[in-house]
Amino acid sequence: MEQQPTAAPAPDGATGAIEAVFRIESARIIAGVARIVRDVGIAEELAQDALVAALEQWPRDGVPDNPGAWLMTAARHRAIDLVRRRERYARKLAEVGRDLEAAPPHLDDPADPDDIDDDLLRLVFTACHPVLSAESRIALTLRLLGGLTTAEIARAFLVPEATVAQRIVRAKRTLATKGVAFEVPYGPEREARLGSVLDVIYLVFNEGYAATAGDDLLRPALCEDALRLARVLAELMPEEPEVHGLASLLEFQASRTAARTGPSGEPVLLGEQNRARWNRMLIARGVTALGRADAAATVLGPYALQAAIAACHAHAHTYEETDWARIATLYGLLAARSPSPVVELNRAVAVSMAEGPGPALEIVDRLAAEPALRDYHLLPSVRGDLLSRLGRTAEARAEFERAARLARNARERELLRARAEEHRATGPSGGGR
Amino acid sequence: MPRYLSLVRIDETTAPAEGPSPELMQRMGELIEEITKAGVMLDTAGLTPSAQGTRVSRQGGKISVTDGPFTESKEVIGGYALMQCKDMAEAVEWAKRFVNVHEDYWGITCEVRQIAEG
Repeated sequence: MEQQPTAAPAPDGATGAIEAVFRIESARIIAGVARIVRDVGIAEELAQDALVAALEQWPRDGVPDNPGAWLMTAARHRAIDLVRRRERYARKLAEVGRDLEAAPPHLDDPADPDDIDDDLLRLVFTACHPVLSAESRIALTLRLLGGLTTAEIARAFLVPEATVAQRIVRAKRTLATKGVAFEVPYGPEREARLGSVLDVIYLVFNEGYAATAGDDLLRPALCEDALRLARVLAELMPEEPEVHGLASLLEFQASRTAARTGPSGEPVLLGEQNRARWNRMLIARGVTALGRADAAATVLGPYALQAAIAACHAHAHTYEETDWARIATLYGLLAARSPSPVVELNRAVAVSMAEGPGPALEIVDRLAAEPALRDYHLLPSVRGDLLSRLGRTAEARAEFERAARLARNARERELLRARAEEHRATGPSGGGR
Repeated sequence: MPRYLSLVRIDETTAPAEGPSPELMQRMGELIEEITKAGVMLDTAGLTPSAQGTRVSRQGGKISVTDGPFTESKEVIGGYALMQCKDMAEAVEWAKRFVNVHEDYWGITCEVRQIAEG
């Protein structure tokens, strides 16, 4: 029994309001329906059907008092009809000698808020299932949970719309044919699967963050989508420290957005950023989320450790006043948890600030042979900086030139060329930055 | 994603002297939890009555300080919600749900304004 719409007829522009309702509700509706039909592709279609019904009825009869519940009820009815038709079909098959398969789902479950939370979590874990490629996980998560259109995803990732559409179709089919259960994993599988979920959100954020200096404003919008997903997940899984760790990290990173680019769009490095432009409220949210991670964890995971490093920056009044010794320690812990040459390079920068360029150069020189960093412009860039501070001007210039050749971002390349140029004109200089 | 400030204006003459009903507080709590779980709510709070507020103003170079209540104005700010939404339509939908949890005797207006960014 669908709720009767009661309110006054919708005014002109009701379509925008209906779309807003749908955007708010779509992930929950898809999740609630997927629990019944056990197929996210079909669930999305049924949710769309409910939206079409709303678009027909609401402008005529008025928007219901509780539009979210109306949409959920409409979609669930369609799902239940579908399952009943399947059951009748299965019964007919049984009559001719085949067995009924699995027990039918509980069709008459009330849609209480805890169920909705569980359904959403199942949707998150299904969309990020390891059976899918990384690109598919990202596309499906943004589509089903972020509510982005195929066109928006395509523009954000600079790929043709047809590619994204195909990726999503194929992902849904893979989930169906591989019989991926619509469930939240428990036990030892849970940590690995949660890792995949967090990585997807972080990849989406970075796709936007790395492109902030670019021209396309849609890519930075990905940061907001990822942040929103992280916030949603943190509320759905309050007992998981790394979820809060990721949310905290993204809040801190996002807090610096306004300060990361100069007036003409050029990137501004952390040391030169105007800290007055950092968003205090996002910093406060980052601190709160880190506190929740800390309270839930016995040992901080990689995202929480990165968040703790970001917190050190957020708390410092200037680059120089930063607690570099603590950052170096945190990078040490991070390197022990998840070793990577990039983490080691960052640790070198912290060590250079805490102890001077000499000990840092030793760390960087150990990284010189790392194949993973061979084309990474930040390695020669950091090395150039250390050599410059040690007064080895000619070597520093060569490193900045190398870094400029490797940099992919035009703005960054300009910055590095300028630094190389500085070391051409002035002789040896000990002037640290 | 833009941020929106929903300024909650209430008619203090319609607000019950003993404060919001327990039922309203419960519905409000549930709604705020829902908005937070949607990743939308950044910050929200209600304000104490305007009788406990003070206005500091400067007109024609002269500063004046006036204690509440501000009887000359029909509606006063009763609270706020800071939300991050896809667009104005989404922010307005959440504001609709917010005014909807109040009993009919409340005179309540949410003024939804986008925050100027950059």
